[in-house]
Amino acid sequence: MTDLRSGTPLVEMRNISIAFGGIRAVDGVSLDLYAGEVVGLLGHNGAGKSTLIKCLSGAYQADSGEFWIEGKKAQIASPRDSRNLNIETIYQTLALADNLDAASNLFLGRELTTRFGFLDDARMEAETRRIMAQLNPNFKKFKEPVSALSGGQRQSVAIARAVYFNARILIMDEPTAALGVHETEMVADLIKELKNQGLGIFLISHDTREMMDLCDRVAVMKNGQLIGNERVEDVTEDDILSMIIMGKNPKKQQNYQN
Amino acid sequence: MTDTTEASDASAETKSGQQDLGLIGKFLKGTEIDTRLLGMFGALALIWFGFHIYGAVFNGFGAMLTPRNLWNLSVQTSSIGIMATGMVLVIVTRHIDLSVGALLGVTGMTMGIVQVEILPQYLGLGHPLIWIVTATIGILMGMTIGAFHGWLIAYRGIPAFIVTLGGLLVWRGAAFLANNGKTISPVDSTFQLLGGGPYGTIGATGSWVVGIIVCIAIVWMMVSSRRSRQRHGFAQRPIWGELTVGGTSCALVIGSVLLVNSYPWPRGIVNQYAAANNITVPPEGLFISHGFAIPVLILVVVGILMTILVKRTRFGRNVFAIGGNPEAAELAGINVKWMTMRIFMLMGSLAGLAAVVASARLNSATNALGLLDELYVIAAAVIGGTSLAGGIGTIYGAILGALVMQSLQSGMVLIGFDTSVQQIVVGSVLVLAVYLDNLYRKNVK
Ligand SMILES: Nc1ncnc2c1ncn2[C@@H]1O[C@H](COP(=O)(O)OP(=O)(O)O)[C@@H](O)[C@H]1O
Ligand SMILES: [Mg+2]
Repeated sequence: MTDLRSGTPLVEMRNISIAFGGIRAVDGVSLDLYAGEVVGLLGHNGAGKSTLIKCLSGAYQADSGEFWIEGKKAQIASPRDSRNLNIETIYQTLALADNLDAASNLFLGRELTTRFGFLDDARMEAETRRIMAQLNPNFKKFKEPVSALSGGQRQSVAIARAVYFNARILIMDEPTAALGVHETEMVADLIKELKNQGLGIFLISHDTREMMDLCDRVAVMKNGQLIGNERVEDVTEDDILSMIIMGKNPKKQQNYQN
Repeated sequence: MTDTTEASDASAETKSGQQDLGLIGKFLKGTEIDTRLLGMFGALALIWFGFHIYGAVFNGFGAMLTPRNLWNLSVQTSSIGIMATGMVLVIVTRHIDLSVGALLGVTGMTMGIVQVEILPQYLGLGHPLIWIVTATIGILMGMTIGAFHGWLIAYRGIPAFIVTLGGLLVWRGAAFLANNGKTISPVDSTFQLLGGGPYGTIGATGSWVVGIIVCIAIVWMMVSSRRSRQRHGFAQRPIWGELTVGGTSCALVIGSVLLVNSYPWPRGIVNQYAAANNITVPPEGLFISHGFAIPVLILVVVGILMTILVKRTRFGRNVFAIGGNPEAAELAGINVKWMTMRIFMLMGSLAGLAAVVASARLNSATNALGLLDELYVIAAAVIGGTSLAGGIGTIYGAILGALVMQSLQSGMVLIGFDTSVQQIVVGSVLVLAVYLDNLYRKNVK
């Protein structure tokens, strides 16, 4: 298997493990991500995809294993650490404060202030309107708390938050789950554009066809373990499905046979 | 797919919105007044007029709506109101503080000892620094105890309910032990002014100055908010809406100035004052207005500062984010534990400040100071619209809530209800208020 990727990877996860009680949610997973690359994470519900990326985003602390970011070993002990490493995350649960409006959510924890140190709500709203005009032109409810928004609108707020701060590394945990066909296409376009800008993206989705279309590589997890990590050109949809379902990598077996 | 339904939903909403907006709806939209605020003013009017008319009909004298009673009401509201502003933050972050009454007791007692038994030894009796040193010690002590509670809650994972329930007993007991249950009285003469009383007021001229400054501030805030909206091209409130809101707010301020200025000093105090200042009192007596009481001004300043904290600072925004979704706040990089500890420190400081006001007003420190205050404070916050589910609450609501609770209490005293009946009414009102609040929220959704 020749590898065309070169230079230091943006992210290198080495032997990451984390357990909850007796459950080994992530079990010795190593995975990397290069600039300008989209890596898809696939697997059944409960396979450990969200848990793995939550270790990278600082929501959980891995029990063992190492993170290397742009060639340097990184300690990720909290979401703040992860943000400081230019990692932005769209969580599966969206992680929005329902009682606050879109702008407050977008700038949560990174509020813009005036030179006197007070919140600059007007500028935050203006910035939110600006980015929303690009991401979701239909979005109009800037004054309402996000609890009053539809699933799709909420998802676009979460996406806007991840995109706004010029991340180098983007984690998207099922970003299109609540979206309709048209909005899903817009997110796909967004992913392609961000990839062209040189971001590295971890994308989690259940839509295998969409993943084949968007990703450069797919990694499949089952029961916390990494089953396969293949370039999309090298595998068929059936290969991926069999990895997800059977937990075996047909490519690897071929390699052994050779 | 979702897109099209959303779009049609939105247009349907605005259409029906436009059709259904009657005169009242238009008024509310134009002025951007929330209906809850109107509801609280309604409740207040009902209590005030209700007790007044009841008194007039059954006792032959309506004592509720007199300058004297309303002035007293404002002073009585101060200490509960000060604490209620802090309780908003505590409840917004899904916690509770049952210890504020006991905290008020123990800090009040400590301040009593400090200013009566300790400081005069070093500074001399009646030294002008005594009041400020005492008040600072009280507030710092409240903050320290609050920090300890907050640390147990945030960093040791003990629920706030338990920590502060324990605190309620511990600090009430400590207040007793501090002086073996004996009352300390009188307090320092300057300190006493912080509790109101005829001398603890700012008089007619002072009240006019305060009233006019507040009106100018209201107008300035409205103009600058309008400018800021204009600069970013956001929708403006219609001019008539601005005028209604600004006009009503200023009218309320001027009205309260007129009210407190129409309550004169009693004859005895006037004579005392005249004798001390070599003024001859004419036979018809001198009309010297009370004006605003100092504790009321303290409450107003606390209310303004707390509103700024909540609305205009990152701290306040993060408090509400934690209340709305603690996990999301944590994931957004907010240090939820440290925030929690700071909120309890703030609550403790405010309880210390409330102890200053309460002990100064009584001119004494007793170990029963602030007994049951936690219930009034929590009730004030909840009646003022703070949601026990977290994430929702306003400072002005809590202060109005304190005024509602205190009006109810004072009205019942005026018409001669027993303490036992008062307790039954206050308890029932609290439960009813939360129930009405639930209904209101469901309807709004
Ligand atoms: N906070 C937690 N506490 C206990 N178990 C957890 C926690 N988070 C995840 N798990 C468990 O870890 C496993 C992997 O879950 P998850 O990463 O959410 O899967 P996926 O995202 O692939 O559907 C599941 O068995 C889940 O129950
Ligand atoms: Mg998941």
